[in-house]
Amino acid sequence: MKSAIEIHDLSKTYKTGFSALKNINLAIRKGEIFALLGPNGAGKTTLISIICGIVNKSTGTILVDGHDSVSDYKAARTLIGLVPQELTTDAFETPWATLSFSRGLFGLPPNPAHIEKILKQLSLWDKKDEKIMRLSGGMKRRVLIGKALAHEPRILFLDEPTAGVDVALRKDMWQIVRDLRSSGVTIILTTHYIDEAEEMADRIGVINKGEMILVEDKVTLLHKLGQKKLTIQLVKPLKAIPPKLKAHNLQIAQEGKALVFNYDTHAEQTGIATLMDDLKSAKLAFSDLATTQSSLEDIFVDLVKK
Amino acid sequence: MNIYAVWAIYRFEMARALRTVFQSIISPVISTVLYFVVFGAAMGSRVTEIDGVAYGSFIVPGLIMLSLLTQSIANASFGIYFPRFVGTIFELLSAPISYFEMVLGYVGAAATKSIVLGLIILATASFIVPIHIAHPFWMLLFLVLTAATFSLFGFIIGVWADGFEKLQIIPLLIITPLTFLGGSFYSINVLPPFWQKISLFNPVVYLISGFRWSFYEVSDVSVGVSLAMTFVFLGICLVTVAWIFRTGYKIKN
Repeated sequence: MKSAIEIHDLSKTYKTGFSALKNINLAIRKGEIFALLGPNGAGKTTLISIICGIVNKSTGTILVDGHDSVSDYKAARTLIGLVPQELTTDAFETPWATLSFSRGLFGLPPNPAHIEKILKQLSLWDKKDEKIMRLSGGMKRRVLIGKALAHEPRILFLDEPTAGVDVALRKDMWQIVRDLRSSGVTIILTTHYIDEAEEMADRIGVINKGEMILVEDKVTLLHKLGQKKLTIQLVKPLKAIPPKLKAHNLQIAQEGKALVFNYDTHAEQTGIATLMDDLKSAKLAFSDLATTQSSLEDIFVDLVKK
Repeated sequence: MNIYAVWAIYRFEMARALRTVFQSIISPVISTVLYFVVFGAAMGSRVTEIDGVAYGSFIVPGLIMLSLLTQSIANASFGIYFPRFVGTIFELLSAPISYFEMVLGYVGAAATKSIVLGLIILATASFIVPIHIAHPFWMLLFLVLTAATFSLFGFIIGVWADGFEKLQIIPLLIITPLTFLGGSFYSINVLPPFWQKISLFNPVVYLISGFRWSFYEVSDVSVGVSLAMTFVFLGICLVTVAWIFRTGYKIKN
């Protein structure tokens, strides 16, 4: 199966010499939700802008459903809908007019029934003839989503869709995105909310300082996150792990004052029960037990720091 | 050709004019009537006629040109500057449209508006002074060519400007003086020989002269030269627009 988007050796250097993207290679699968994570200024928006044709690339190629984003830009762009990060709307227009405009701009004949369907889906139907400037921030955000959907795109980019959006609306957005995915639309969203990526995405890519530092299935990533750490505070410091405990995956920490045991919470046998038994038979006295779990956030911060 | 996109942009721009009908149509009409009062009635009683044409009638083509030039520039420059200013230009850039289609939509709408405006001024003037159009076809041709050229020019200004001040500066400091000094209200033949020569460097002289010829068959320079100069300006604007889009100048990083 062809990828929805294929990016090869993409780089972007601005005239100022600032290198915003460095040799990006990425394939987005058809029908998936791909979350692009990264701190501010990492290059998320630049990457999206280049794919959509708003910013010129320096080198590399981008194929959108097999169409080159430059030489065959009309075919490529017809497939793409973009919801930008900033709330940039035509303040004096109505939602109805602005959605109809977007549909025309993307080369489709008018279809009032489709516009009506989108406006209803986004709970904007009763505001369709209101000037956009009179709408709330959340509504404006939905108008932008509506504009991106007006031409029935097969690939949708959501650049920080829930930035500055309240909890209820955020849940609504997630539902809208899921509905779109189930209708076969490929979705690429950028976010710096880790929980959003965790909630929505099939795959996660992490970008930092213009480099793609990780692309992984969410399940695989969460599996890695499933690692837990049990720290056993010992009454008497140890120099080496006693023979009776060698079978366990133990490490000495805090200059012998503690033992650290790594285990997988998803495994059927975590090994904690037998470890406890073996500690007893080795006559090791301990004063405290503590478990910690690394979150996606920790991994993310770790990755980004490097 | 993405006809739906051209039509979408065109309609969007025309809708903007209808929303701001006072600013777009009524205010130029009012200022034209004021020019008539000042130049036609007050001064016309003393000047009586130029080149055998009654002064009030003589200034009509010049007044139409004055509005045509300033309004073409204002409409087109604002049309493209505003999306850049508020950021909605992202949608234009991400849409499957060629630059040619984009320009066709914006410049087509701006030119339409100023042509309509020119015709409204013509109609208004016909209530005040007698008007005779000797060559209606040439009159329309000059009207359309000038509107298209200066709408293109306005589009270029709208791309170049990075503030509202810059948007105003060229119309205010260059176009308005050139139009006033380009024979809107007089024939350059009434000037001393030295200033006549200087005036020939003013491109607007050719536009007004050709346009006036289509009314009264009197002109400062020959019609062929006027027409050729109009095409030269059109060509310069087209080349500049093509360059803007090829390099992405101020539109695309």
